[in-house]
Amino acid sequence: MKKKYSFFSILKNSLSHNENWKKMWRSPEPRKFYDIIIVGGGGHGLGTAYYLAKEHGLKNIAVIEKGWLGGGNTGRNTTIIRSNYLWDESAHLYEHSLKLWENLSSELNYNVMFSQRGVLNLAHNEHDIKEIKRRVSANKLNGIDSYWADPKQIKKLVPIMNTENCRYPVLGASYQPRAGTARHDAVAWGYAMRADEMGVDIIQNCEVKKIRTKNGKVHGVETSKGIIRAKRVGVVASGHTTVLAETAGIKLPLQSKPLQALVSEPIKPVIDTVVMSNAVHAYVSQSDKGELVIGAGTDGYNSFTQRGGYNTIEDTLRAIIELYPIFGKMKMLRQWGGIVDICPDASPIISKCEIEGLYFNCGWGTGGFKATPGSANLFAHTIAKDKPHSINAPFSLERFVSGRLVDEHGAAAVAH
Amino acid sequence: MFIINCPYCGERDQSEFSNGGEAHVARPKDPEQINDREWSEYVFVRANPKGIYYERWVHTHGCKKWFNAVRNTSTDKILKVYKLGEAPPSIKEFKNTLKSPSGEPEVGSGNFTVKKT
Repeated sequence: MKKKYSFFSILKNSLSHNENWKKMWRSPEPRKFYDIIIVGGGGHGLGTAYYLAKEHGLKNIAVIEKGWLGGGNTGRNTTIIRSNYLWDESAHLYEHSLKLWENLSSELNYNVMFSQRGVLNLAHNEHDIKEIKRRVSANKLNGIDSYWADPKQIKKLVPIMNTENCRYPVLGASYQPRAGTARHDAVAWGYAMRADEMGVDIIQNCEVKKIRTKNGKVHGVETSKGIIRAKRVGVVASGHTTVLAETAGIKLPLQSKPLQALVSEPIKPVIDTVVMSNAVHAYVSQSDKGELVIGAGTDGYNSFTQRGGYNTIEDTLRAIIELYPIFGKMKMLRQWGGIVDICPDASPIISKCEIEGLYFNCGWGTGGFKATPGSANLFAHTIAKDKPHSINAPFSLERFVSGRLVDEHGAAAVAH
Repeated sequence: MFIINCPYCGERDQSEFSNGGEAHVARPKDPEQINDREWSEYVFVRANPKGIYYERWVHTHGCKKWFNAVRNTSTDKILKVYKLGEAPPSIKEFKNTLKSPSGEPEVGSGNFTVKKT
């Protein structure tokens, strides 16, 4: 049954103390066989199932998640959305995603709280200025709203920023007004609800342990709830992708590292723009609840602990306090780590592989959240048609053999 | 955050060290004889196990010497440290370190409720 949210449904449910809202999705037992299984119930995986059902009219699809929906990196990022990437290939990919973001709340009839508050990427030295101006120009050629902002304009956008009296003064920034943030859980829930309505089985608390193959073809998956056969399997397991790929004998050029973030106690609105800085490594935005959402860099070693080292957040907070002395006495409420899978060229992989019917959507590294709708949309196309969409064709596994890498270390914003 | 026992300086905080990725990666003996795929594997593909991992570290803010370590990546516990040139310890040595006496992984991101079923 279609669940429609409106002013009246909120009013009606408030009369019964909000205790009679219907469940947003079913919790079915897995069937023995599916046409398509998506491994990983984060935003990318649930979105893939949604677009497979909606745009490609496919049925008999399951999403299998080892924990709860959106409990992995979808729930562990700093929710920044932008598309100001340097190379044409990435610019098209992230802009495709940003365009889908702009219409997502109404498409899903679920408020993902997409807020286009603008993103600043700061320059602190001569090299940064040159690199950022080059990126701004490249963005303009690709039709992306990207501008160079000088310190005066930055000060106007973010009055609390200390641009002068610091070790690395702020000399300018790139500014993308259409960029912003969204509510991460809502993205996963919105996609889950609408996919469920179209008959997608969402199976939580079910860990995929092995991908089964037979004569170079995918045959199904072994899970903690038994063996499930499938014609096609799409793996969207972020940090754990290599662990799964290995069970099918596939080697991927990915390294899993902890990426940390933290939030402060809530305060009144002080910063209404997202500000990121590569050089001193600090980025910050303020959530609608009033918490500062702060992102740190990746830890310098492979790990699956979802914790990360204290020295990494210490470095980030040191930079934050220098840029915003006003935050000096604030308390941090929570800190966490997510395990991100990083490609050698800091670009993702959305690709087929040598096993028929097995697809990978991985390598999003430190910047996967912004790509959620675009990645899901293109991955669904790749699975449904068994060939990549023209936008994700450059992001194949083959690029590591041909050498045609998409090197986005500069625009990736997080040091790794 | 963890402590690393540098074979030259003793126990120091991990922030003094830099990680050098997978250890014991051999350069192909005859690069001209192998095809692009094999070369790409040598250049780009590195082990990324959840569990026992052989890796290199360098004591950047200390003696600046390189050495190898065996670490469990699901707990960040360092199981062994050994000098460059020494033979890597057999993986069998560490198999029983992955579980606690009750049979569960010690710490980490594992979904315990699922793993019990």
